Amino acid sequence: MNVLLQMLPSILMIVSPILIAAVGGLISERSGVANIALEGLMGIGAFMAATTHVLLEQSFPYSIPLALVLATLAGALFSVIHAFASITLRADQIVSGTGINLLSTGITVFLCQIIFKQERTEPFRLGMLPGWGGIYPTAWIALVVLILAWYMLYKRPFGLRLRACGEHPQAAASAGINVERTRYIAVILSGALAGLAGACLVLTQTIQYTVYTINGAGFIALAAVSFGRWLPKGVLGSSLLFGTSVALAIYMVNIPSLRFLPSEFFSVMPYLITLITLVIFSGKEYAPRAVGQPYDKGRS
Amino acid sequence: MRNTRKATVTDRFLDFITQSEAMVSIVVVLLGFLVGTILVILVGRNPSGMYSAITQVLTGWDLRRGTWNARYIGEWLVMSLPLILCGLSVAFAGRTGLFNIGAEGQYVAGLTAAQFVAIFGPQIPFLHWILAILAALVVGALWGGIVGILKAKYSVSEVVATIMLNYVAYFTSRVLTMMIPGANTYRTPTYPQTARLASPFLEQLTNGSRLNYGLYLALISILFFWIVIGKTRLGFSLRATGLNKEAARYAGINVNASITTAMAISGAFAGLAGAVVALGSFNYGRVLGGLDGYGFDGIAVALVGNSTAWGTALSGLLFGMLKSAQPLMQSRQIPKEITAIIMGLVVVFISLRAGVRMLMEWRMKEQAKKGRVIE
Repeated sequence: MNVLLQMLPSILMIVSPILIAAVGGLISERSGVANIALEGLMGIGAFMAATTHVLLEQSFPYSIPLALVLATLAGALFSVIHAFASITLRADQIVSGTGINLLSTGITVFLCQIIFKQERTEPFRLGMLPGWGGIYPTAWIALVVLILAWYMLYKRPFGLRLRACGEHPQAAASAGINVERTRYIAVILSGALAGLAGACLVLTQTIQYTVYTINGAGFIALAAVSFGRWLPKGVLGSSLLFGTSVALAIYMVNIPSLRFLPSEFFSVMPYLITLITLVIFSGKEYAPRAVGQPYDKGRS
Repeated sequence: MRNTRKATVTDRFLDFITQSEAMVSIVVVLLGFLVGTILVILVGRNPSGMYSAITQVLTGWDLRRGTWNARYIGEWLVMSLPLILCGLSVAFAGRTGLFNIGAEGQYVAGLTAAQFVAIFGPQIPFLHWILAILAALVVGALWGGIVGILKAKYSVSEVVATIMLNYVAYFTSRVLTMMIPGANTYRTPTYPQTARLASPFLEQLTNGSRLNYGLYLALISILFFWIVIGKTRLGFSLRATGLNKEAARYAGINVNASITTAMAISGAFAGLAGAVVALGSFNYGRVLGGLDGYGFDGIAVALVGNSTAWGTALSGLLFGMLKSAQPLMQSRQIPKEITAIIMGLVVVFISLRAGVRMLMEWRMKEQAKKGRVIE
């Protein structure tokens, strides 16, 4: 336990981006749009943040906050593609999400080649600095994001409408809710959060963006949404659990009592746990009822 | 026909591109290339390098030097094999109404199984690699079949389940492969020669490329897909399940069995892809440092190929061409990631298919409204 406590800053460093992206996924899925593009959108955010920071590091003192903002905007902008395809064109949400994931690795490394003449960004000298107790500010960002999302989803009329769109869009529409607009806002919010999550990841855990920077973190966030049963507190719990598992895979060399296990044991945990719980709770439906279905006004 | 007005150019164009699914695919691919080319121009590079690289891969002609080398064609086919097989995997599931994002994991499962047999199998010519291929088929089918069972019995979404299983396969493969005696953190010892898919004839034909027996295996797979889906009772019940689950159930088709079978066969295709790469392109087992991505690319291949056997084969060749042109593009100052961008764009544009259909419906409604006014 003592070891875990010592590892707390590292664990929080890894949990934060997962939690932020998972909150994004939560918002999108509660509105009825599955977002498997989280992984790709995180890549866009990470690339944007790393590029902004490395280019402005020397000349501009606030390059890190600027990087966070630009990454958020880039994620939001990119998610418009997903929103347009899956809401306006009523395309298969999984197909357009897959497209964005493919596009993201392509476009980020392509731009690296153009800007930096290599397949990654230049490394920056100094990423985000840990604050009080060795905890990175990203942990506080994640906390704020989670609380704001909870407040929006459960305490504001907009959140109620958003959740209605995810459960029964036709009923929501008959109550005067603009389903398409609500879903657009939800998807763009989730893109913005995924972008922010990518930025938090790259600025705390590494020194440059490469094609392996995200390495499944977006999919872990996706797993955290479904393991967290599409609830803010559940997403918090599952992100903490999965983040700890990922952190253990990285830092287990420091824990003598765990050294007999391969590090992959902890890497695989988030996925395995999600899979098993999906089977165990298969009888009960926790997912928003309309998630994954395009909203067609003409259908009853 | 009283209300027919003169068809505009747009009308005719829309009619033309929506008359068949194949046409839509072609338009989507052309759009992908168009946007990719514009992007290359925007960043100030010369797009002709992209096309001369593609020409060299397709025909073996190096336009810059005026030389011809059949090896490029061979390497193009080698690159296309796993894409075609993973495409078939996604397509087979797609025909049964399932979205298999897990071809990547099934590919890894097959690859790992093939590597194990390659190292430990009996060193008898032909029998050795045939056993390795069979192992990959079985393990791939199991890995896909699990998803089918989870979907059929526990109604777990195949999308979520396959994403999770991709990573389970990846990490398990790493652990298992590193356990092989003599393996380090990135590779195993070299295989015995009998495990390799190398075909001296095909190598000679293509001037020493890595083209191998995988070519025949891919051809057999395409034929298998075409016959099973189109000509057999099993294929009919799978397609019926895909088209309308309830109707299929009412017609006496065991829907749960269909789903499991479809996922298992789908997994076997991807597993075979893994074996073809493991035994054909490498002579040692790899401890994977990342996902190879053929399974994810297979999604694009199947979507462009409209989930038909021959369509998937063609689009596999198309994407194989893009991928094997990558190093040539890089040497012509075109960032090779343009190929990934084109693939991603193509998948995004596939969703336009729905958009074009909506546009048609809307135009028809508009025309009908006008007609009523005239009457």
